[in-house]
Amino acid sequence: MSTIISIQTQDFNHNTLYQQLTHENALDGAVVTFTGQVRQQNLGDSVTGLSLEHYPGMTEKTISDIIKQARSKWSVNRVIVIHRVGKLSVGENIVFVGVTGPHRGECFAANEFIMDFLKVKAPFWKKEITTQGERWLDARTTDQVKANQWEEPN
Amino acid sequence: MITVHFFALFREQLDCDSIELSCEGLNTVEDVSARLATEFSKWPSLTQKYQVLVAVNQTMVDTSFKVNSGDEVAFFPPVTGG
Repeated sequence: MSTIISIQTQDFNHNTLYQQLTHENALDGAVVTFTGQVRQQNLGDSVTGLSLEHYPGMTEKTISDIIKQARSKWSVNRVIVIHRVGKLSVGENIVFVGVTGPHRGECFAANEFIMDFLKVKAPFWKKEITTQGERWLDARTTDQVKANQWEEPN
Repeated sequence: MITVHFFALFREQLDCDSIELSCEGLNTVEDVSARLATEFSKWPSLTQKYQVLVAVNQTMVDTSFKVNSGDEVAFFPPVTGG
């Protein structure tokens, strides 16, 4: 069982991360990865890039807590979360979540859970650079609704 | 002393990353916020206009949370990562 969390300005390489998830890991039958990237359109404006800020220390602590919660719910083995900060252009990678485990269902669930809570708990802030100027993004209610769904009793 | 950090919109609007406050008279996060109003003329309007989240020692808390000397308090808008 291993956890890697990295908050970094530099891009990440999917092949390297996939190797880290799978190298000498014959125990796990499932590898689920998610990548988020900067999209071109938001709120009707053309986006040219993003500037991402975070709260060093609290960010890593928050993501670590989210991963611990995911581990308490599902049988997952290796977990990697990478989140970029600083200036990013359209099409660049922002975030990577990779999870391995014996079975795909648990890995899909754990990956989605980590991503959903990262969006509403981890202290990152996005400033969007658009053709209309710069603006700090508002938190989306839909993200909170999505995260809340995990807390509803089955 | 209590160290107060600001992030994102608040950091930009106040033109300040962090400030040290003497802890005299500061018992809760609410007291810290009231003190900030004396340090930054913009603080009251910011807190009225925007939702404010608070962390003490890197854990989210509410405004009634007790603060102590040496604590790290942070004020920031709702998060938008991922």
